[in-house]
Amino acid sequence: MSEKIEDIEIQLLLEALYKRFHYDFRNYAQASIKRRLKQAREQLGFASFSALQESLLHDPTMLLRLLGYLTVQVSELFRDPSYFRAIREKVVPHLRTYPSLKVWIAGCSSGEELYSFVILFREEGLEERTLFYATDINQDALAKAEAGIYDLSRIQLFTENHRNSGGKSSLSDYYSAAYGSAAFDKSLRKQVVFSDHSLVTDAVFAEMHMVSCRNVLIYFDRALQDRALGLFKESLARKGFLGLGAKETMRFSEHSQSFTDYVREEKIYQKSAR
Amino acid sequence: MTSGKAEAIVIGASAGALEGLSVILPPLPASYALPLMIVVHVPPGKKSLLAEIFQAKCAIDVREAEDKEPLCSGTAYFATPDYHMLVESDKSLALSNDEPVLYSRPSIDVLFESAADAYGPGLVAIVLTGANDDGANGLKAVAEAGGLAIVQNPVGAYASQMPEAAIRACPGAKVLSLEQIALFLLKLEKA
Ligand SMILES: C[S@@+](CC[C@H](N)C(=O)[O-])C[C@H]1O[C@@H](n2cnc3c(N)ncnc32)[C@H](O)[C@@H]1O
Repeated sequence: MSEKIEDIEIQLLLEALYKRFHYDFRNYAQASIKRRLKQAREQLGFASFSALQESLLHDPTMLLRLLGYLTVQVSELFRDPSYFRAIREKVVPHLRTYPSLKVWIAGCSSGEELYSFVILFREEGLEERTLFYATDINQDALAKAEAGIYDLSRIQLFTENHRNSGGKSSLSDYYSAAYGSAAFDKSLRKQVVFSDHSLVTDAVFAEMHMVSCRNVLIYFDRALQDRALGLFKESLARKGFLGLGAKETMRFSEHSQSFTDYVREEKIYQKSAR
Repeated sequence: MTSGKAEAIVIGASAGALEGLSVILPPLPASYALPLMIVVHVPPGKKSLLAEIFQAKCAIDVREAEDKEPLCSGTAYFATPDYHMLVESDKSLALSNDEPVLYSRPSIDVLFESAADAYGPGLVAIVLTGANDDGANGLKAVAEAGGLAIVQNPVGAYASQMPEAAIRACPGAKVLSLEQIALFLLKLEKA
């Protein structure tokens, strides 16, 4: 059967996005990217993907609007509390043995996962010796992460999550509320480096003791997942830790041999000694 | 009616899903020739017990969907709470964290639309009982791609809103009782 016209158009659109702007979405999981592109086409008011492509190449304002559709920014503080409980109870005791630490939050979105780690590390007395790298390809999201301001309506959920993760302090110690938003304290950013970094096109930049990359690989096809897992493998120190999202797995990857299950139910892996 | 041979079945259900699926799934034999993908609206943030419950009642294999998992015949895959379940064109599953659609994640529409795209005329889609409008747009997409649309008869359904919305969106759908759907699926594999 010959390819559907729409699929050809989508391929060409993603190719144009890569050639012109170096954003590479060509190997993202297809079904989901197609759904989001359809949304973009409808809401931006184009009759076809070809028309959208033309605009992308000629209208300088289109890139940012399209990117908003292509990446998914859904996150929470202490999302999946049991993951953070496992980090606290099983990973932290091991990390404590190092005099200095580097932790990479890859695909940090608007910062919720980052702040969860920093708060947890502060509670455990590890913050001072840790350098956190928070990276993402979405500039808007990175700017939000750096600002650390969230809608006040989300705080109740964040607080519950924090408590369920075994939090030792009160979340309200870390933010001040005003005019419907909660601004997280700037001291939480003291040890953080924010940076634009793509798991698809960029390389490793430092040796890490822990990488947390949650709900990002799920948007990649298997080949891209392998590339990203390869980066993590290269970046991690001997016996370093890798945490993935609740529904992400190493099982189908060529790198599965290089990691062992550390906390299986929470998708926390340890780089093998070899 | 589908012109081609059926290759996969998708099912969406909400309020009353447990009873409905209990009529449809247990009769299917272990050797059933098609995969089934099932979205049931479940509350977020909690583990779903659906796969365990139905594994105990069914001859076919029943599991919770995993990302990138290749689909197997004779197996029912339940979507997990907080994730959409989609099908890729290479007939493997994909999960996504995208925003809820019509307040639902997993969403029936999201599954049906991606499955319509992956299987075209090879798809059979079934909307069961429920008290919202999820599934209606998805069913329409299935029919437009040449697949077969089936809706549980709203008369006799635990909650009639979802089947009614599906029939409105997709007037050509076959309307059947739960028992008729069960028989239809059994015969489908021989067709
Ligand atoms: C659903 S959010 C996950 C946020 C957070 N990690 C969590 O689990 O709550 C996915 C993030 O991955 C980012 N992303 C997508 N493609 C990426 C890539 N190639 N490299 C780095 N980040 C990427 C998106 O911009 C988005 O911020």
